[in-house]
Amino acid sequence: MATTRKTTAEPKKTVLVTGAGGALAKRVIARLHGKYNVVAVDFRRKVETDAGIPSYKVEIEKRGFEDIFLHHKIDAVLHIGRIFAHEYSRDRRYNANVLGTKRLFELCKKYGVGQVIVHSTYYVYGASAYNPALLDEDHPLKASEVTMDLVDSVELESLANIYLWKHPELNITILRPCNVLGPGVRNSMSLLLSRPYTPVLLGFSPMMQFLHVDDMADAMVLAFEGNKPGIYNVAPNDYCPYQRAVEECGCKKLPILSVPPSLPKMVSSLLNWNAFFPPYLINYFKYPVILDGSLFNKTFGFKPRRNLNDIFTFYRKNKLISP
Amino acid sequence: MNAAEVFGALKNFSAKEEILQRLVTPEIEATVAKIPKPVGSFGFDAWGYNEDQFKIGLGVMKWLYDHYFKVQAFGLENIPKSGRVLIVPNHSGQLPMDGVLIGVAAATNPHGPRAARAMIERFFPTVPWLGNLMNAWGGVIGDPINCTKMLEGDEAVIVFPEGVRGSGKLYKDRYQLQRFGNGFMHLAINHKTPIVPCGVVGCEETMPAVANIAPLAKLLGIPYAPIAPPFPLPARVVLNFGKPILYQPVKTEEEVTALVEQVKGEIRKLIDKGLKERPSLY
Repeated sequence: MATTRKTTAEPKKTVLVTGAGGALAKRVIARLHGKYNVVAVDFRRKVETDAGIPSYKVEIEKRGFEDIFLHHKIDAVLHIGRIFAHEYSRDRRYNANVLGTKRLFELCKKYGVGQVIVHSTYYVYGASAYNPALLDEDHPLKASEVTMDLVDSVELESLANIYLWKHPELNITILRPCNVLGPGVRNSMSLLLSRPYTPVLLGFSPMMQFLHVDDMADAMVLAFEGNKPGIYNVAPNDYCPYQRAVEECGCKKLPILSVPPSLPKMVSSLLNWNAFFPPYLINYFKYPVILDGSLFNKTFGFKPRRNLNDIFTFYRKNKLISP
Repeated sequence: MNAAEVFGALKNFSAKEEILQRLVTPEIEATVAKIPKPVGSFGFDAWGYNEDQFKIGLGVMKWLYDHYFKVQAFGLENIPKSGRVLIVPNHSGQLPMDGVLIGVAAATNPHGPRAARAMIERFFPTVPWLGNLMNAWGGVIGDPINCTKMLEGDEAVIVFPEGVRGSGKLYKDRYQLQRFGNGFMHLAINHKTPIVPCGVVGCEETMPAVANIAPLAKLLGIPYAPIAPPFPLPARVVLNFGKPILYQPVKTEEEVTALVEQVKGEIRKLIDKGLKERPSLY
């Protein structure tokens, strides 16, 4: 507590938030606004922000990005912006997610940014039948073994890791959240559970973890204010099988034959389910990837405030409004 | 009873409800309620154990335990009422029936019921339905990380150090202990966990296999493909639990192997005891 009081007495820190148009970043910005000077960046559009929050539309792998560092004395970066696999091509995604992040780290180095928070994903662990539950942060990242389409996620992580030990002055914190859900969230899982008919693999219902986007925003702010560099899983110690989550969200199940293993992938690509049930994520609906979030909870004193039912209720209610 | 009454009664009849009521008896409910097992808001834990499905499984298996395999269990007082423990039995009988029966014995233990977690073969999660079902009943793939996390959570864990070498062996090799892996001993020592040796007698006779068609097993991606009865025969099963043993840390792998041999010796004694106690084969 004492440290927070001290920082407020000092001049306000300036925090750059990427991916500002997304549901998570918007919530993070709302939490930081007032206490810090916030700069919002998004590659998709110029995000509408509150008064006093400069907003830029810029692609981080392009040259214009550096100007932001010239105009503002950035103290910390919360790197949330990511191109999802269903947006744009694989090349474009790789450029933005991997090369863009490298460029971001270089600029942070050049302009003396003291802290970087990287928003990663649990997908990096890869879904395999042999996965033990409660994966620690030092578990091998096997996502690229499963699919080429997740290479950018894994490479982004290894890049962040290289900078983490090579440039300790950047104070890099990597967060690997489980499925983040809630109002406005546009990731695959959220799109999937928003649908009236939701594909499920016959005979497979892996355990999953879900975190409300508000809790994730709290977690990001805690990680930023706590500033304890490292890699952390962010996940609650509550679990629910996928098919149960589908029921709880008020979705009707659309069963797909799971044998032979190539069949569901084929169905997904034929029906162009790229946004919500993409072929390369099929294994995540078959085998569990359960994280041990205790390190983050202990280090930052984090406890999710919304339970699974709170999360699922949003999707269930939404279906009642617009079936 | 007139037609209207019959229809009235049928209207409220649900086959599922009826079956569930017969399986999940008040005794089962009471036993499971006594088991100290933390689960999440939907009744699941990290590995997929589910209280409701566990009750159903226990209901079915308790019937088989009492009436089909006519199990006799000795030394149940040796399973600690709480705290971490590794139950280490011999493995036999093609199907993991022995693990299930030990699970029932632990769950209905009058000295203090436990929801014991069996370490299962790694290929189970790839089998539709069966994988999820085994998880719901408490089975977990035999990964050291799983075992570590469960021991840290003070659970009772059943480990078969013989693995498929034990369960897949032929009838002519019955009651001959196969090579034990050393992994369980490392886990026991590292996590200060007592080992309860267990001798299982009778499961060998539930599925006597005369041969193993290895090429077929390879083709299907399963550990073995035995020529055996299509379902477990009602052989009498005798379970003997030994006294818990706590091992002190040792330095070399050789010393670990020596400790494993000690456990093997204990299990052999318990098997011999069981073979004498068994009143008849079937």
